[in-house]
Amino acid sequence: MAAVLETIETVGEATDKYKHGFVTEIEMDRAPKGLSEDTVRFISAKKNEPEWLLEWRLEAYRHWLTMTEPMWARVGYPPIDYQDSYYYAAPKSDADRPKSLDEVDPALLDTYAKLGIPLKEQEVLAGVRNVAIDAVFDSVSVATTFKDRLEKDGIIFCAISEAIQDHPELVRKYMGSVVPTSDNFYAALNSAVFTDGSFCYIPKGVRCPMELSTYFRINAAETGQFERTLIVADEGSYVSYLEGCTAPQRDENQLHAAVVELIAMDDAEIKYSTVQNWYPGDEDGKGGIYNFVTKRGLCEKRAKISWTQVETGSAITWKYPSCILKGDDSVGEFYSVAITNNRQQADTGTKMLHIGKNTRSRIIAKGISAGKSQSTYRGQVRMNAMAHGAKNYTQCDSLLIGDECGAHTVPYIESKNRSARVEHEATTSKVSDDQLFYCRQRGIPEEEALTLIVNGFCREVLQELPMEFAVEAQKLVGISLEGSVG
Amino acid sequence: MNAMTDAGLLRDYETHAATLPGAGSGWLDGLRKGGAHRFEGLGLPTRRVEEWKYTDLRTLASDPFGHAHEPDADVSVPDMDLGAEPYRAVFVNGHFHAGLSDLTGLPDGLVALPLAQAMQNSKAFLESYLGRVATLGRRHFVALNTAWLADGFALYVPDGMTIERPIELVFIGATGDTRAAWHPRNLFVLHPGAQATIVERHIGQTGTYLSNTVAEIVLATGARLNHFKLQDEAADAFHIATTQIHASADAVYENFSLMTGSSVARNQIAIELQAPGSSCMLNGAYLGRGKQQLDTTTLIDHAAPDCKSSEVYKGALDERSKGVFQGRIVVRKDAQRTNGHQSNKALLLSDKAEIDAKPELEIYADDVVCSHGATVGELDEHALFYLRARGIPLEEARGLLIDAFVDGAIDEISNAAIREAFRSHAKAWQGGNS
Repeated sequence: MAAVLETIETVGEATDKYKHGFVTEIEMDRAPKGLSEDTVRFISAKKNEPEWLLEWRLEAYRHWLTMTEPMWARVGYPPIDYQDSYYYAAPKSDADRPKSLDEVDPALLDTYAKLGIPLKEQEVLAGVRNVAIDAVFDSVSVATTFKDRLEKDGIIFCAISEAIQDHPELVRKYMGSVVPTSDNFYAALNSAVFTDGSFCYIPKGVRCPMELSTYFRINAAETGQFERTLIVADEGSYVSYLEGCTAPQRDENQLHAAVVELIAMDDAEIKYSTVQNWYPGDEDGKGGIYNFVTKRGLCEKRAKISWTQVETGSAITWKYPSCILKGDDSVGEFYSVAITNNRQQADTGTKMLHIGKNTRSRIIAKGISAGKSQSTYRGQVRMNAMAHGAKNYTQCDSLLIGDECGAHTVPYIESKNRSARVEHEATTSKVSDDQLFYCRQRGIPEEEALTLIVNGFCREVLQELPMEFAVEAQKLVGISLEGSVG
Repeated sequence: MNAMTDAGLLRDYETHAATLPGAGSGWLDGLRKGGAHRFEGLGLPTRRVEEWKYTDLRTLASDPFGHAHEPDADVSVPDMDLGAEPYRAVFVNGHFHAGLSDLTGLPDGLVALPLAQAMQNSKAFLESYLGRVATLGRRHFVALNTAWLADGFALYVPDGMTIERPIELVFIGATGDTRAAWHPRNLFVLHPGAQATIVERHIGQTGTYLSNTVAEIVLATGARLNHFKLQDEAADAFHIATTQIHASADAVYENFSLMTGSSVARNQIAIELQAPGSSCMLNGAYLGRGKQQLDTTTLIDHAAPDCKSSEVYKGALDERSKGVFQGRIVVRKDAQRTNGHQSNKALLLSDKAEIDAKPELEIYADDVVCSHGATVGELDEHALFYLRARGIPLEEARGLLIDAFVDGAIDEISNAAIREAFRSHAKAWQGGNS
């Protein structure tokens, strides 16, 4: 099996190519290290937040103190010292916040250009690539593009800290309504110390004219990133939203504990796509991001929420984007590609909670493990007693590359309704020798053949991504897995 | 809290343990004590223990159990046509009942006798196997069973011997008004090339009792065991069964379990495919009504390359019953060229019925083909319409479809006579007669 050895080496090389591993030298404004009520107060004060939000944070913090870290996921890591991290880091220049992109620290803009998010150019080239971007650097949002265009339609798209100042009534009404502060250990932590993130409100009947996007970047050392995203799609509206994530290469593990809440009111649709490429650590498992994320959406009548994720980064991924299908006839979807390599560990999946009548959900999860990595699909489909006529279809496929990795599938299927129908299928295999032989015989080099087959394996998911990002995601899959299947 | 009370299951343990068969023999005392000690630490599992997430034992833990006594009334064994005349061992309330049993005509060289007798006659045999397959681990009920090791059935089949007639093991529960518990332990050892067919019947007449059975099975190279089980305990009974198997090279283990009885029943099977070429077929059907909880939990551990496993389970749940299926397939690092397939299909027949399924794959080798499928739903309305359009009354049409559905699993039974016996029991369930 020389080909296998060779391909494993290639995968190794590919990860050396973590191209987002640079650090930007910027003067940072930080909270003192560690976590206490004072840290929470410090963050709240820095953000000039109203009293109710400080109370909300403190309540979450106090609740967090009573909780224990979840240990049920199939991931292993040394205990995290929550006192050994900074909970707030902002570029100094934030003190006098830029009024427009022209005033943004050029070093920051350079960073985003390196990441492939040329904020400035986009404003210039408006209409060529119709994407509005909110960029979050460590703990704060640094720039939001296309605001003016969006405002014409009444769409609010800004940093959540801005929304707290400008639209407190909306934030207060919806924040914590889908993921309560006491939901789980990491969600409680996030609620206490969240620093920024994006807020988006689409008014009734409005179809958002462009993709909305947030880029998250962890830059400072020993910093945790705790962003909070809240998207509210009012009745009959539509929005497609994408988030991308990168971080510098560092030897230490950094914590990222985000909370994302989606609210799709009657007849609304939210399409949420993630390309997660946090630094995964080196081949010995040194460094990398711990990605402990809570994502959940609430569907009212006839609403639809679709999660698409391409997970290639992070040392550890703990993430279960979920849909609460509360309204009758609502729809939830989950499309996922999770690629793990070297010593990465991923425990990811979804929850579909069918509450309303005739609710439907579809889960397509593709896991690819290489090197010494472990990848687990963990998902729950629950049909409540009133979910008459509800339907779920789940397909989980795992591909193994090399004999030192693991691929696991742990679905939970619970049905309390006779007329509900659940179908679940899972397969685990390696790339078949027949497929490889077929390609090789037609003169396709082994590496290309393997990439081709893997792309085919993921296609169902990748094609769900908005066009602008599908290319980027495909490239990512290529980098992580070039010629690595055998 | 991961443990609830122990429901008095170890009450007066020291006193009673001294009266158990074979007491005073060092290794046996040690084995029992180890079990008691472990159960003391574990208690009964609550739903916070992941393996017991879906089965609620609160009704079992609610009141203490006493020790089983001889039944007051006469007991009898209802006939079941197994094709050939079986060798029969009957246990009433956990104790061997010589009057109802018939073990005559067994071939020479075989050990086939009640465990309590084997503790006198075949000590060396027991000492080398008992407790070696069903290790305590964190298995609450194996620990409890080991603490009370007393009776059950011991079978040893020597090299190359095939036992043609089936061995029928009948466990009868009849406690009347007392709440009692017993813990049968079976040990089946098949030497290289040996073959046997075992039919276990767990039938209950009256009473609230706990039958906590453990079977330890060792299959040497090329051995084959066909193991069929009918669980039709009394309506208020608790039935917890643990079957643990070690399979050597080219050994074949076939299991079919039909569950219709008990208020709470759990059938757990764990097999280790330890050497290349071994295989297993685990199949079954669970048919529930009333407030029954019927739990099937399987673990197939592919520890060696070139092994095969397949599972087909079907469940039909009526009224307020609840079905649980947890099926885990593990493929270890060196178990290349593994083939493992699992299917669990459940039918909900009432608005109050419930099913929870957790099919799990845990794979550490790359050259494998593994899959699982699970479906939950109601009867196909198109099929129902088809039958009704042809003048078949609704109830009859439903009955036909349910039969056809359950047959999909029963057809997996390799032995024709036993297949038909199980089929007619499943049909009788529909008529409410089982």
